[in-house]
Amino acid sequence: MHHDLALQQMSEDDDRSPPLDLRCASINKTRNCSGGISASGSSTSSSSSSSSSIPVPVPIPITEYQSPYPDQVLENVLENVLHFLTSRRDRNAASLVCKSWWRAEAMTRSELFIGNCYAVSPHRATRRFRRVRALVLKGKPRFADFNLMPPDWGAHFTPWLSVMATAYPLLEKVCLKRMSVTDEDLQLLAESFSGFKELMLVCCEGFGTNGLAFIASKCRQLRVLDLIETEVTEDEVDWISCFPEGETCLESLIFDCVECAINSEALEKLVARSPSLKKLRLNRNVSIGQLYRLMIKAPQLTHLGTGSFSSLEGDPELDYVSAFAACKSLVCLSGFREIIPDYLPAIYPVCANLTSLNFSYANITAEQLKPIISNCYKLQIFWVLDSICDEGLQAVAATCKELRELRVFPINAQEDVEGPVSEIGLQAISEGCRKLQSILYFCQRMTNAAVIAMSKNCPDLEVFRLCIMGRHRRDHVTGEPMDEGFGAIVMNCKKLTRLAVSGLLTDRAFSYIGKYGKLVRTLSVAFAGDSDTGLKYVLEGCPRLQKLEIRDSPFGDAALQSGLHHYYNMRFLWMSSCRLTHRGCHEIARAMPRMVVEVIRFEGEEVIDEYVETLYMYRSLEGPRHDAPEFVTILRADG
Amino acid sequence: MEKQGLELEITELRLGLPGGGDNKINEKKRVFSDISADEANATNDDRKIHTKSQVVGWPPVCSYRKKNSFNEKDRLETSKMYVKVSMDGAPFLRKIDLGMHKGYSDLAMALEKLFGCFGISEALKDADSSEFSPIYEDRDGDWMLAGDVPWEMFIESCKRLRIMK
Repeated sequence: MHHDLALQQMSEDDDRSPPLDLRCASINKTRNCSGGISASGSSTSSSSSSSSSIPVPVPIPITEYQSPYPDQVLENVLENVLHFLTSRRDRNAASLVCKSWWRAEAMTRSELFIGNCYAVSPHRATRRFRRVRALVLKGKPRFADFNLMPPDWGAHFTPWLSVMATAYPLLEKVCLKRMSVTDEDLQLLAESFSGFKELMLVCCEGFGTNGLAFIASKCRQLRVLDLIETEVTEDEVDWISCFPEGETCLESLIFDCVECAINSEALEKLVARSPSLKKLRLNRNVSIGQLYRLMIKAPQLTHLGTGSFSSLEGDPELDYVSAFAACKSLVCLSGFREIIPDYLPAIYPVCANLTSLNFSYANITAEQLKPIISNCYKLQIFWVLDSICDEGLQAVAATCKELRELRVFPINAQEDVEGPVSEIGLQAISEGCRKLQSILYFCQRMTNAAVIAMSKNCPDLEVFRLCIMGRHRRDHVTGEPMDEGFGAIVMNCKKLTRLAVSGLLTDRAFSYIGKYGKLVRTLSVAFAGDSDTGLKYVLEGCPRLQKLEIRDSPFGDAALQSGLHHYYNMRFLWMSSCRLTHRGCHEIARAMPRMVVEVIRFEGEEVIDEYVETLYMYRSLEGPRHDAPEFVTILRADG
Repeated sequence: MEKQGLELEITELRLGLPGGGDNKINEKKRVFSDISADEANATNDDRKIHTKSQVVGWPPVCSYRKKNSFNEKDRLETSKMYVKVSMDGAPFLRKIDLGMHKGYSDLAMALEKLFGCFGISEALKDADSSEFSPIYEDRDGDWMLAGDVPWEMFIESCKRLRIMK
């Protein structure tokens, strides 16, 4: 799935380099860098002796930059060369060479990636980077997806948009993840950027079909409109009809998360006049009959989300097989939101070409899956529900030798139930899919042996996320904690960058992570560990750690202290329902003036505990944000 | 050190509280003290309260996926039921999420806090006993007295609320 690859790229961290101006954090990790951070307008302090290697950002006047340097030619050459440098990690490195390179890089960076919208202000970003065409902006931390953060916490797009509307008139592409976006934002966006081409909203909320109507009607150059796991309120506006008449430039239209009814006639006409359309993902209100009519108008599709995949009253019996057979370029299939399994055989003609298949909304059995999956020998990405059971996973393992990414979601996300998948499925996958790079696996029971087997059979694993849904579950065969399994993963999977642990875990598991998880950037911990020592192992042992999210684990102030040397290198730290006290968090805030230390209370919580409910902290050049709601307390460095 | 947790026999299938001693971490937070008897037995799921076998945000299935879940309970948990609430004499309209409340007395408490007044829970129990008359507009557009129908029926049909004096 394209969006999944894009999401993966988005979640890959800032290529392990710090944000715009926090240079010294990466140069000298063991030192508290508060004195050494240089920023426009503020003075460098005690570490001025080392600041010769850190360029001081020069405030750039609004008018075209006048270079007083004799090697203007060299600078022009440099700018031309830097145009080819696309990786932001490489660009960050290039900008550190000297002032002239810093300037040239700033003038030529066309894609701006902001991993945390509060780490830097829109003004600062637009002052430095003058010619940005594409923006990637991320807001809330991931645990907000699980209702662990009260609504209205922040991450508003509005302040960014209002600055960029004037700073970047040539902006073409905006990609937002976990941001709060309003209808007014979408209107302003549509009106401010005449050449606007691509809008991707992932896990966003705050707007409705009104906002979509603005985008559809005013963005004449629109190529991509991708709404992924985003909440869109129904304003009873037929936004599909708002696309202008005549041929469109649309290449990708993804709206499977939009819950409203769609004018299918208008959609058919839109598809018919969009010859470049390659990706179309329909929502659950599109029946299979309507799908048919769309497919015959767009046989050139490469990515298709099928909508409900069930019929409405009045849907005639159609030759769905031939509709699929006509789509010779189809490589990515998803949807199946309300699947009637009788229709599944329609997709046989495309199975052999599929590289990506998403059945994660389809309640199908192993028997229903087998005839499909046995033809999907090119499959690289497979998302599915655990309704297929271990047997279904065995069928996957038997055929899908090219599998890179597997996600198995629970049909019944409860604890204390009998689960349909177990260590048997995991073992089978590890034996059959040796090229596996990424796995997310929900289950009710697991064994260390199966996890160890996967660590040995799948050396290319970069992402290992195992969710044993019962809290503190042991290996159900040996009765041991799950320490050895996760230990084997960090030990044997040398490319591992992302890890999510579960089950009963002692501090030992964390000692393994600290000792072997040298490339780990993202770590998710829940209901695990014995004591502060566990967290200390991780903070002291994992130099590449960027994102650490912990809930309901017995880690306290002493553990928090042990990460002081590293927090400026991180995107964020989240700790909820742990053993942190207000005093402990205050100490961090005092020791690290460039960290924003947020203590978040849940609404309605009257009791002032000694423990902090949620700590969310992140580095920032801007100090405490001004839009924090009243349930957020930002601890200040001055007490 | 949480050694107690390791000593307990944790079998894979449990009907009671999982984790045993480790629940110390969970118990201390978000306990609502006033739970009236009839609502303690209500089947309506509440997102925030720690019920016996349910923890907020666990298992970590994102709310988007839970909304599309095959499990009725998951879906209820994540559906947002915002309704506008007006009170006679108050200058502003408020919005509350009905899905976040377990029952009438919970709702009453929330409303009393929102508008800074007392007497709404009495009004819900017995219409004549207080100066307030909470009424709601249902799906058919009719205005009904709040508190008569079962809670689940109420939250399904209520479109807006008005507290009359």
